[in-house]
Amino acid sequence: MAKPRLGVFKFSSCDGCQLSLLDCEDELLAVAGAIDIAYFPEATRSDDVGHYDIAFIEGSVTTPHEAEMIQDIRARSTALITLGACATSGGIQALKNGADTAAFIDAVYAHPEYIDTLDTATPISDHVTVDFELRGCPISKRDLIELVAATVVGRTPQTPSHAACIECKLAGHVCVMVSQGTPCLGPVTHAGCGALCPGYARGCYGCFGPKETPNTAALAAQLANHGADNRQIARLFSTFNTNAPEFRKEAEKHE
Amino acid sequence: MTLPVVIDIKALDQLVQTLAKDRQVMGPVRRDGAVVYEEIQGVDDLPRGWIDEQEGGHYRLKREGDKLFGYTVGPSSWKRFLHPPKQTLWRAGGGGITPEPIAEDRFAFLGVRGCELAAIQVQDKVFMDGPYRDPHYAARRENLFIVAVNCTRAGATCFCASMDTGPKVNPGYDIALTEIDGGLLAEVGSDAGGAALAALTSRPATEADLAAAAQGIKDAEGQMGRKLNTDGLADILKDNPDHPRWSVVADACLNCANCTMVCPTCFCTTVDEVSALDSDEVSRENRWASCFTTEFSYVHGGAVRPGAKARYRQWMTHKLGTWWDQFDSSGCTGCGRCITWCPVGIDITEEAAAIRGEGG
Ligand code: SF4
Ligand code: SF4
Ligand code: SF4
Ligand code: SF4
Repeated sequence: MAKPRLGVFKFSSCDGCQLSLLDCEDELLAVAGAIDIAYFPEATRSDDVGHYDIAFIEGSVTTPHEAEMIQDIRARSTALITLGACATSGGIQALKNGADTAAFIDAVYAHPEYIDTLDTATPISDHVTVDFELRGCPISKRDLIELVAATVVGRTPQTPSHAACIECKLAGHVCVMVSQGTPCLGPVTHAGCGALCPGYARGCYGCFGPKETPNTAALAAQLANHGADNRQIARLFSTFNTNAPEFRKEAEKHE
Repeated sequence: MTLPVVIDIKALDQLVQTLAKDRQVMGPVRRDGAVVYEEIQGVDDLPRGWIDEQEGGHYRLKREGDKLFGYTVGPSSWKRFLHPPKQTLWRAGGGGITPEPIAEDRFAFLGVRGCELAAIQVQDKVFMDGPYRDPHYAARRENLFIVAVNCTRAGATCFCASMDTGPKVNPGYDIALTEIDGGLLAEVGSDAGGAALAALTSRPATEADLAAAAQGIKDAEGQMGRKLNTDGLADILKDNPDHPRWSVVADACLNCANCTMVCPTCFCTTVDEVSALDSDEVSRENRWASCFTTEFSYVHGGAVRPGAKARYRQWMTHKLGTWWDQFDSSGCTGCGRCITWCPVGIDITEEAAAIRGEGG
């Protein structure tokens, strides 16, 4: 069987998710053995030509050029898979959605006339059909290896969409909400990181976006019981997955 | 049976050392603001002088007194060792299937409470008594040595008295301890327990020691923070699938599954396929699962239990009702963990009372 041909593409993002691929040090040779990494500017010099069996997309669509580029890649790929919060929900840059983009540009750039940007940062799935979305800001190495292993053998990757709390308990962490009153988004957040932050006595920041059937309203009510004010609650839901509908809606209720 | 004796802390330490010769001794330690169960080296590792303050969704440790076992139960349970979060079942590759070698763990548990021993016995029925015996669980269980502790203090979320599981432990232990002024009353529950106790420095228990231990247990019984009326409860739950209360609890429930993770009797698992990238080896791994997830009841086309209402109803009706039909016991032993460790403090005793038509 020929090795599947992979292209890795970057849209508006910080590169962190692509770097997770390079960060697979111990497994990188096995990954390279299982797939043909045909295009990956972070790691190789080859040009973007031809058809891909798998396209990994990092980043959200924030410019007119990107909006065109994603159509072209979709047309040349069999399986299109998004990596990370930017590609899957818009990323932290989606904070600009609904705000005054022109004012931001004027405030930030010395020469605003060079900036050609859309008013929104949107997930890849707003533009083309996506075959699989890998969550996280950044994605986890475990999920990525599982994604590659599963894609190569043709099964669905096991990246459970239940709460981060389950991973927290599997890891044996002590719940920071219950034992310290620390605000934690774990109960509404998609698993994937292995409950990294609660393992360091921090609340979950929601990097993996909303879980299946998230009850954000009930969590927000409990955060308020623990003393959080509206502004704090709105901010908690307005980070890397601010544009995820469930988080956005909850944040808006507290603005 | 051997008469009760009184041992001091040094003798308890000696017991730990003796057990540690051919076992991993697991016991209570203070970590990250809670009492959790981990491997211990001796009595110095115990959370002496710490007690817990518990409520729905609330747990804090504080210093009080100098008891070894003044705390009640924390977030971890012994299930973590006997029925671990992940367990490889078999591996395949190179054309053959190899079952995972049977677990060789030899544990001794120190500080098993009444509600907890009852929970171990509930899981025994699940994993060993039915037609589908779990050989790993059975091996760990057969090698297990249990040093139980009778509670002399109960927490605000405890309700073992309602479930007939505590605060005095029911039989099934090797040794049972009750902390009294000036030592620990030790009772023998098995031959192995008798032998271990005989090797320690001890003195025969006096009438006063026995009375002090009984009083401590009575005090705990009086402090029980919750109660559950189990009278006819199984039928009440089964007869009320459409009770409006299920919607009320669903509005508050996060579907986070913490209650099932901390519950010492919840036993459900799912099986993951783990494939290697650089060979054709695959393995199948058991992982703790929960009826509070969509994945759990997912069949072609969607989840049978799509949201919190159906999931909470399933969980509570199973625990307190249909468990009886399935295993001839209650699925709840009254430890209170699901109340304390629910991030929003949903309370099984309050919900059951509400379905019954009381309080709530
Ligand atoms: S610390 Fe956060 S993620 Fe962990 S169980 Fe508590 S609420 Fe869930
Ligand atoms: S429920 Fe009973 S046996 Fe369990 S910790 Fe509380 S008092 Fe002890
Ligand atoms: S249902 Fe709750 S109180 Fe009952 S055994 Fe489980 S965790 Fe303990
Ligand atoms: S009852 Fe509590 S712990 Fe259980 S799923 Fe609902 S919110 Fe989570």
